[in-house]
Amino acid sequence: MAGNLIEFKDVSFRYSEQDPWVLKNVTFTIKEDEWVAIIGHNGSGKSTIAKLINGLLFPQEGEILIGGKKVTEDSIWDIRKDVGMVFQNPDNQFVGATVQDDVAFGMENRGITREVMVERIQSTLEAVGMSDYQFTEPHRLSGGQKQRVAIAGVLAISPRVLILDEATAMLDPNGRKEIMQTVSQLQSKQGLALITITHDLQEVVQANRVIVMNKGEVWKESVPREIFTEKEELRKIGLDVPFVTTLADALKDIGVSISKEPLNHEELLEELWTLHLRT
Amino acid sequence: MNNSLIIGQYVPGNSIVHRLDPRTKITIIFFFVFIVFFANNLPSYAILVAFAFASMFASKVPIRFILKGLTPVWFLIIFTFLLHLFVTKEGTLVFDLWIFKFYSGGVIRGIAIAIRFFLLILVTSLLTLTTTPIEITDAIEDMLGPLKKIKFPVHELALMMSISLRFIPTLMQETDKISRAQASRGVDFRTGPIKDRIKAVIPLLVPLFVSAFKRAEELAMAMEARGYQGGEGRSKLRELKIEKMDIFVYIIFIVVIILLFVTRTYG
Ligand SMILES: Nc1ncnc2c1ncn2[C@@H]1O[C@H](COP(=O)(O)OP(=O)(O)OP(=O)(O)O)[C@@H](O)[C@H]1O
Ligand SMILES: [Mg+2]
Repeated sequence: MAGNLIEFKDVSFRYSEQDPWVLKNVTFTIKEDEWVAIIGHNGSGKSTIAKLINGLLFPQEGEILIGGKKVTEDSIWDIRKDVGMVFQNPDNQFVGATVQDDVAFGMENRGITREVMVERIQSTLEAVGMSDYQFTEPHRLSGGQKQRVAIAGVLAISPRVLILDEATAMLDPNGRKEIMQTVSQLQSKQGLALITITHDLQEVVQANRVIVMNKGEVWKESVPREIFTEKEELRKIGLDVPFVTTLADALKDIGVSISKEPLNHEELLEELWTLHLRT
Repeated sequence: MNNSLIIGQYVPGNSIVHRLDPRTKITIIFFFVFIVFFANNLPSYAILVAFAFASMFASKVPIRFILKGLTPVWFLIIFTFLLHLFVTKEGTLVFDLWIFKFYSGGVIRGIAIAIRFFLLILVTSLLTLTTTPIEITDAIEDMLGPLKKIKFPVHELALMMSISLRFIPTLMQETDKISRAQASRGVDFRTGPIKDRIKAVIPLLVPLFVSAFKRAEELAMAMEARGYQGGEGRSKLRELKIEKMDIFVYIIFIVVIILLFVTRTYG
């Protein structure tokens, strides 16, 4: 049984005294090899959670523990070694003049020696499939390629958790799929925790667990299949339900019996072609 | 999009001059700019010209790039030449037609000044032609290093420079996008009286600045999230190293200086 890596204990947060609470009594834990998806409508507080995890913000109430260490002004530099974060806009997080400079940025900040850096640049670029672009300048890369570089830069510091805050939102469906494949492989291979923040319900299907945020509160916390059974409520709090799920619903409405909630096309197909065995 | 603005004038290559440490290049150019003014006779000019041309050929940069770098200053070179030709009234009269009275002294001085100009431009453009902006930044950071002792923010300045260089293409792409978006809404940047055109630039600049500030804010946060906490305790991936080649080039340059001071006329 893996230990808890991230613990939110009754965390409340607001940006200033006058502002309303952005997070209200948020409590959850994430294990050290788990993939958790956080979904919710715009402004539900997802990005705020991400920023709280690596100490870009501090909660007014409650506490946050990363690997057992409380997030405070004093511990943030240690904690940032364990927390890698990739943001939404690929351009605004690319610091280096070339791909290798950008991958090195986080390592340079930690004073890692040159030999180690060179080695890790090779291995992480390989892991995200960007080895051919080591000396390329950012303006010659596509958005998806820049996001891969950002992921490589984060992996280079060997974090214990990787947070993708809508990191695929600006990509086309293909780019999105590729990035998700890359990170899910990395996650299972390197055994790190993965938090994907999204409002694309397609993306949560592969996660081990889903946390649904609504107006700053944890609305539900469950496995993906469970979440999708509550379509009406999901729609009510402003989330799009995947097409397969909607289709399965419509089929049920006309009397087709579907035993378990299908998460993708294959599962629905499975349900349908085995139908006569059950009727 | 204007490619020359993106990477400066840099012409990729692998020549000796390209591989020299950027600090070596900057130092030599700095002193070259000084010694040019000490040349005062044919042999001394010949030495400088030989050095400049030798560097040029060693850089293997195609001549047309070098000429392109010189275009904006041709006018200046010719202008100063003519100025000396008309103004100086020394030596013997070599040309006399109506108001055109040229003296030998004027011709010689005009040529000398033109050569000085030409050499200065040639050598400085060799620097930008064979060195990436980021290498120049690294070199400046390193050479200003001692100023850190008096709390001069050397690292911060260098980082600022390198991030600016990194964002120039991004902001240019954005300018292009905004100007198209505004043009499609009927804003006209290209015709009409100057006053109207200046006014038309405002709807271009305002969104550009707004987005630049937003970028800056996000970039700052991303940098912090990646553990950036100033220059203290930072290591560097890019490394400047003085090689044998650099020492060799320094020696040649010192020989050039000595020859120059031996051959120039005194008194
Ligand atoms: N810097 C800030 N200052 C004040 N309020 C802010 C700031 N950033 C976010 N907020 C507010 O906090 C709330 C939660 O924002 P947050 O960015 O966490 O939402 P989100 O779930 O990530 O939304 P999205 O899906 O749009 O990214 C919003 O109501 C937002 O207006
Ligand atoms: Mg967000």
